[in-house]
Amino acid sequence: MLEFELNVNGERHSVRAEPRKLLSDVLREDCRLTGTHVGCEHGVCGACTVLIDGQPARACLLYAVQMQDHEITTIEAIAAGGRPGALQQALHEAHGLQCGFCTAGIVMTFEAYLKENPHPSEEEVRDVLSGNLCRCTGYQNIVAAILKAAHAKA
Amino acid sequence: MKPASFAYHRPRSLGEALALLAEHGAEAKPLAGGQSLGPMMNMRLAQPARLIDLNAIKGLDFLNETENAVEIGALTRHQTIASSSLVRAACPLLAEAAQSIGHYAIRARGTLGGSLAHADPAAQLPLVAATLGAEIAVAGPRGERRIAAQDFFVSLMTTVLEPDELIVSVGFPKAAPREAHAFVQFSRRRGDFAMAAVAVSVLLDVQKRIQRLRLGIGGVEDKPVVPTRLIEQSEGKVPEPAALAAAAREAVSPAENPRVPAVYRRELVEVLTRRALQKCLNSN
Repeated sequence: MLEFELNVNGERHSVRAEPRKLLSDVLREDCRLTGTHVGCEHGVCGACTVLIDGQPARACLLYAVQMQDHEITTIEAIAAGGRPGALQQALHEAHGLQCGFCTAGIVMTFEAYLKENPHPSEEEVRDVLSGNLCRCTGYQNIVAAILKAAHAKA
Repeated sequence: MKPASFAYHRPRSLGEALALLAEHGAEAKPLAGGQSLGPMMNMRLAQPARLIDLNAIKGLDFLNETENAVEIGALTRHQTIASSSLVRAACPLLAEAAQSIGHYAIRARGTLGGSLAHADPAAQLPLVAATLGAEIAVAGPRGERRIAAQDFFVSLMTTVLEPDELIVSVGFPKAAPREAHAFVQFSRRRGDFAMAAVAVSVLLDVQKRIQRLRLGIGGVEDKPVVPTRLIEQSEGKVPEPAALAAAAREAVSPAENPRVPAVYRRELVEVLTRRALQKCLNSN
């Protein structure tokens, strides 16, 4: 067991975990932040996507012990204060989710991407969205919501 | 889907990392971006006793332009390479290939050195390194050495890298002005492993004859294929995509696979080579 601190959404969390414990599991079980979902656990589905120093990363492909000197941002930071972020609002309005399991990962992916490219084309949105699997929607309304959120920020 | 136990080390310098590798030998595995090693460990296909996390080492993340090459630090992330204006201008084939790796979040984390050391036969960066004749700088207890990419890859996920060595940087030769390039690949799902990939860079002389052709084929054999004879025979001739593509088809020996028959891979190689060459000629 190792003891270390993590900076998650601007708060310090003291963690006791084996090196092999995945960041996704530490966030959910030790930090009690269950908004990060665990899907495939091998980096394919994108459900566990979080931000590390502002860059998107699969939390299931990181060991929590690696993250000591980094800023971790999870979905809980996006609706801080109980108000949905712009992308969450657009997903709500455009019916961009059904069961919602994949949504947190999609929001985190595009929180990063829309900062890098604030006015993406539909093709660019679809390319980035290819890293997040959704088994309900068929993606059409997710794409519409992301374009809507990007448009609203213009 | 949880990795087996391992001891964790986080060296702060290259020297410290090499000392740890020398001490622990083959039971230690270097960890860079972890976008291939992570899944393998989660699925218990890999169970290293120790991980040497390279991410805290300073000075392995850089992009430098020299007279003839772009020298890139081993810990440079794919996204950095794909979006670098320096790489896009001096080595556009590399930028285009890096942009096609996995998905956005994977590119933000995966590294150049990690991809080359992992040596997946379907991966983009080993293919580009072999195609362009990149030079891989490696550090170890016996000092530094530079290895030509064609000699670096041995077979499936196997390289000439010793267990106590680390990749430090890679030198990619710069493209000439007017040199055209294309990187095309085929996979069933976006971001999935390529069933075949073709990298091409072609420079024509004033008479529109091939002055220099670089061609590499990935995802087909156990390492990137550079069909040297075909390349040499094409020089000085007017480029004919259909004929070159037919020759490329004969230059590869794909293994039979129940899900991907060899004849299908050959067909892919021919079609992708023709498309890549056509794309180059159209941009000239």
